[in-house]
Amino acid sequence: MTPISLAALAERVPDGALIALPPDNSLPSVALAKALIRRGARNLRLVGVPVSGLATDILIGAGCVAELETSAVSLGEAGFAPRFTAALREGRIRLRDATCPAIHTRLQAAEKGVPFLPLRGILGSDILAHRPDWKVIRNPFGPEDDEIVLLPALSPDIAVFHAVMADAVGNVWVGRRRECATIAHAARESLVTVERIVPGNLLEDERLAPGAIHATYITAIAVAPRGAHPAALLDEYGYDAAYVSEYARMAQSEEGFRAWLEREVFAAEALPA
Amino acid sequence: MSDWRIEELLAVALARLIMDPSAPPARRVAVGAASPIPAAACWLATELGAPLELFLLHRRRGNPFTEGTRELFDLTGQGRIDLFFLSGGQIDGQANLNLIGTGAWPGREVRFPGSFGSAFMYLMTPRTLLFRQEHSPRVLVPRVDIVSAPGISPPGVYRRGHAQALVTGRCVFRFHPDRGRFSLASVHPGQTPQSVRAATGFDFDLPERVPQTPPPTRQELALLRGPVCDRMLETYPEFCARVFERRIVA
Repeated sequence: MTPISLAALAERVPDGALIALPPDNSLPSVALAKALIRRGARNLRLVGVPVSGLATDILIGAGCVAELETSAVSLGEAGFAPRFTAALREGRIRLRDATCPAIHTRLQAAEKGVPFLPLRGILGSDILAHRPDWKVIRNPFGPEDDEIVLLPALSPDIAVFHAVMADAVGNVWVGRRRECATIAHAARESLVTVERIVPGNLLEDERLAPGAIHATYITAIAVAPRGAHPAALLDEYGYDAAYVSEYARMAQSEEGFRAWLEREVFAAEALPA
Repeated sequence: MSDWRIEELLAVALARLIMDPSAPPARRVAVGAASPIPAAACWLATELGAPLELFLLHRRRGNPFTEGTRELFDLTGQGRIDLFFLSGGQIDGQANLNLIGTGAWPGREVRFPGSFGSAFMYLMTPRTLLFRQEHSPRVLVPRVDIVSAPGISPPGVYRRGHAQALVTGRCVFRFHPDRGRFSLASVHPGQTPQSVRAATGFDFDLPERVPQTPPPTRQELALLRGPVCDRMLETYPEFCARVFERRIVA
């Protein structure tokens, strides 16, 4: 598989696409999120797997997002996600609240190609009352009064994440971050940024194969060094807390966010990464 | 006056609840992200000899999971996690948690980050320790605006356990799922049942005699500031610097 440019990768995401995005602790492609802002993407429908972080907040702030399904939006120790909060207050995005294992379960149903899977818990939460697409049934294998929630399969149009490496045939390596494999399996297409391309075939190495995702799931790859930054990338680089704190501060206001975008998304494009 | 900080007292109070001999035994304990005081409590309990197996989410190194972020929920679904920590933007007198927001759905007044896994974890974990340092009528309300996770469930709902206790910056409440109410178990030094009552939006049971939360012992403080801090430095550098005055030596 021949890598394409980051801008070309962003062109592969149509407006209105349903996109699965892992949060800041599990290999987000912040590089592709920034490229989507530069390409002026609109009406994206994001799914936080299972929660959402910085990449989601900047896409919302830049006006790229119409809808969000997630279990939480947070900048971790830097606090609430300011552009998400503002957009929700102003009614600019539609939000569907979920709870973490429900998102995983919906993706796992899509992975298996079944229409739904059951999940315990959730009964008595107001989340359930606001999810007409989630059903409660009597457990057909259990005692009479045992109710259980059924969750519909979720097949995103596109899975987006940042992997450590891709090999010559297009297998990518995410190590133990298997949620990236789940979204790649569940989505119709996967667009992946990587730190580097390595020769050979990852699946022929017994030590690397368990952390790899087969090329059959991968649609296109772009090389984006430090593409998860400011999120950490396994043992490759750490979390940039100062960068996220500064973002959290600037993005409190629309003007501050615009200044941040100008500096970190538009002007930064001209610079080497 | 005291030679300990409030964070240290809270970690010790939580550690004692983890090790409480009257509660079902906790072996596998999970701690969510951005929870330095519960994490300190778990490490302290371990240092005091409790045979805990800890699953700390979002450690910068030594992530305990190999199957991605779903593994914690799969473990909990199977009943393999004995104790978990939860909090709330609002917590009410029935131990309902609100992590979604205030006002009308989905948080028209103040939006909180979201439920995370609480709607599942609270029902599927045998023991939950609730922790919220801010103890004010704004947080401890008569009735949460939105229930992200219910404190009690009607008969027939599959549920493994409830809140064991709620630890705040002022006191320790015990939770009684049979009557769906908290009782005041102890007040921290400097607090009285009256000051707790004044700062609490929900009604709770008040025993005739309410003891003081025992302050940290010399041994507990030494463990917190030594080996517990050693284990926390990498994941919680700001917390360790502020509370223990220790920094990573480059």
